[in-house]
Amino acid sequence: MTFRLLVKGLLPIPLLAVVMVHAPVFAQAKTGVVVTSPWEIASADPAVSGFGIQSLQIMENLVDADAQGALRPGLATDWSVAADGLRWTFTLREGVSFHDGSELNATHAAKALNRSLEQPGVLAKAPITRISADQGAVIFELERAFASLPSLLAHATTVIPAPSASDAEGVPTKLIGTGPFRVTEFSPPQAVEMARFDDYWGKAPMIETASYLAAGRAETRALLAESGDADLVFTLDPAGFARLGDVKGVDTIAVPIPRVVTLKVNASHPFLNDPRARKALSLAIDRAGIATAITRFPEGAATQLFPPVLLGWHDEMLEPLQTDPNISQALLAELGWSMGDDNILVRDGERFTLELRTFPDRPELPLIAAALQDQWRAIGVELEVNVSSYSIIPEGHKDGTLEVALYARNYALTPDPIGTVLQDFGAGGGDWGAMGWENEPVAEALETIAASADENQRAKAISIVAKELQAGLPVIPIVWYQHTVSIANGLQGVIIDPLQRSYGLSELFWAE
Amino acid sequence: MRERIGLTARSVLAIIAGRGMQALVVALVVGIVSFIMMHALPGDAAYRIAAGRYGYDMMDAASAEAVRLELGLDRAWWIQLGSWLGELATFDLGRSHVYGSPVIDEVATQLKYSLLLAGGAVVTSLLIALPVGVTAGMSPGGAVDRLSLAVSIFLRAIPAFALGIVLVLLFAVQLGLFPVAGFRGPEHLILPSLTLGLGLAAVSSRVVRDAVADAMSAEWRLFARTKGLTARRALINHVMRNASLPVVAYVGVQGAYLIEGVVIVETVFAFPGIGHALVHAIFGRDVAMVQGTALALGLIYVGLNLCIDLTCRIIDPRSA
Repeated sequence: MTFRLLVKGLLPIPLLAVVMVHAPVFAQAKTGVVVTSPWEIASADPAVSGFGIQSLQIMENLVDADAQGALRPGLATDWSVAADGLRWTFTLREGVSFHDGSELNATHAAKALNRSLEQPGVLAKAPITRISADQGAVIFELERAFASLPSLLAHATTVIPAPSASDAEGVPTKLIGTGPFRVTEFSPPQAVEMARFDDYWGKAPMIETASYLAAGRAETRALLAESGDADLVFTLDPAGFARLGDVKGVDTIAVPIPRVVTLKVNASHPFLNDPRARKALSLAIDRAGIATAITRFPEGAATQLFPPVLLGWHDEMLEPLQTDPNISQALLAELGWSMGDDNILVRDGERFTLELRTFPDRPELPLIAAALQDQWRAIGVELEVNVSSYSIIPEGHKDGTLEVALYARNYALTPDPIGTVLQDFGAGGGDWGAMGWENEPVAEALETIAASADENQRAKAISIVAKELQAGLPVIPIVWYQHTVSIANGLQGVIIDPLQRSYGLSELFWAE
Repeated sequence: MRERIGLTARSVLAIIAGRGMQALVVALVVGIVSFIMMHALPGDAAYRIAAGRYGYDMMDAASAEAVRLELGLDRAWWIQLGSWLGELATFDLGRSHVYGSPVIDEVATQLKYSLLLAGGAVVTSLLIALPVGVTAGMSPGGAVDRLSLAVSIFLRAIPAFALGIVLVLLFAVQLGLFPVAGFRGPEHLILPSLTLGLGLAAVSSRVVRDAVADAMSAEWRLFARTKGLTARRALINHVMRNASLPVVAYVGVQGAYLIEGVVIVETVFAFPGIGHALVHAIFGRDVAMVQGTALALGLIYVGLNLCIDLTCRIIDPRSA
């Protein structure tokens, strides 16, 4: 009896206390917003967690970009290049203060950019010889002309932390920047609490506070959206996205982004060194099936490497990638392969077996790998799937053991895709691009695109690159990505940035 | 009388000294074993660390080589282990390979949250297991006993991950009582604690039930009743005290289940704890973090056992 009383008496106490703590205040209009995505912010160092720091508008770049990827002034008001293309001047905005009250100046900006030059990141890949400060401007001296430099200065790893954000060794350890939101509490890697920065140089945000929560599991994110705990939730899995579509109080949208699931092919592998072999593998892939059943956006089936959202790079005139297992088999027969007893192709006593490397961080990748395994088996190609850390891909690229690899590549890490494309398909190939595939016209065209600011010249060169990639297939495109977002009813001013540079917090407001 | 107190104090000291030695051995073994295990994993550590640091959009062979140089990963393994042990001797756990921050800071922050969660889970499990177990144990084979057996088998069979989602759906989404995930206040502790606590209570309620059932049928209980104590007094003075011994000892054993449980529950609830950090550290091949975390967990286990030993000495009627 005593114990039954005990249960009855004790249990409701903590429950009640909690209910009271958690009860929302209904009377007042909302002034804050809660944002959730899978990406953790583990550090205050832009080289490590730049994407989160930039997306939450805590720190800012010299150069900003709009949702179409067009560059616009950020902490620099304008920029210009000398006639020889080797010296860039970025004039710094005046009267910009950091969240700690200190003023932004050119000496400090140059110091911060010099640090990001030393770290792995986009600047390290540019032909920069020196970054210095000169009378309210940051000067970049280059080895050779590089027209897309401003685009690199819009990248997440080139944001400017405050001088007081860094420790004695110059490593940023505090989240202090110039952005419209200042950090009130940082609990790495999951949560960041922010408040509107009243001395912001630009347009003041309408909301007063913003909270960020990184939730690694897609189920958790969907539940956060459904319960109303999070107002803006990024990256939903297909099941959660479908479910939230039926939930009252929540809207869902999907925006195409320039991220592409691609298959990296070792073009120096004896089975794959002929373009016909790569074409045969591509023809055996049912992209529409994968886009419908796995990623669940049928319009995402790739017809070429660059998706339509990559304006200026997507080529409408290009003949789309096809699916036709019959042609595929004919091509392989042409290359001397014949069907063995176990329904796997054989040539000179060797079975057509490949190892595919992929990773589970993007949950659809192992599923797509399984689909490829099935689809290639139908043409007599055996695929062993190795799901591991994504580092096995650059590792296998370096030591030459990689055969094929499946990953999702973002071609607009910088607003101008040339940075990524040059890295992936320039001379010598790239860890996340071509392997054992040398193409003189492409390498030349890429150098032209990087160096030239002339739109016509660039467009011609881009068209050469797109055509050669489609013909040579150093990487085989599979599906284009969609960015999925859920938005709480009443939240207005939502801008979904296809470049994923910003969550657009400063534009948000609640309807009356 | 005096002699007895002296004896007790001496035996308590002996327990503490024994556990202290154990702590030292655990520290060495855990540090060395986790180091060896991390090195035995296939793949190049420099690539894994660079991947953890820069993310897959930015990591490449060049960043991996930079990491190798920075952390001295090209040194012989015994030199790396020796330098960790040397630092450990000065109570320095080193810096996280992935984030560059001192391991001790990371562990201290995350441990605080995990202990909160583990404490919440144990309290929840006791709040459930004690009343259920005692009621079932007082009439073995009765309706409460059979029902609680069925429920506890059911709860133990559900993975913590699924149980967590069901609880969130019910209490957070449908009823709107508690927040879904994250940690901003005590209300965020309820659902993760309940998820873990239910799993713990599933087993500990049966331990309580068996202990109470044994005590209820013991001869000394009959004697207590015969000497004139009411059923209630006999229960409180004798049955509860004797029955609590195996239960307290079992709470110690549950530490292992808790450590395994927090890893999953922290991930589901986006809770900032050490289990979550340990998983990330293993994926990112962050040897210093793995060693530091494993060390902290090992020492806590030793500390927990010490508390259990001392508590049992106090409760045990034979030592009083």
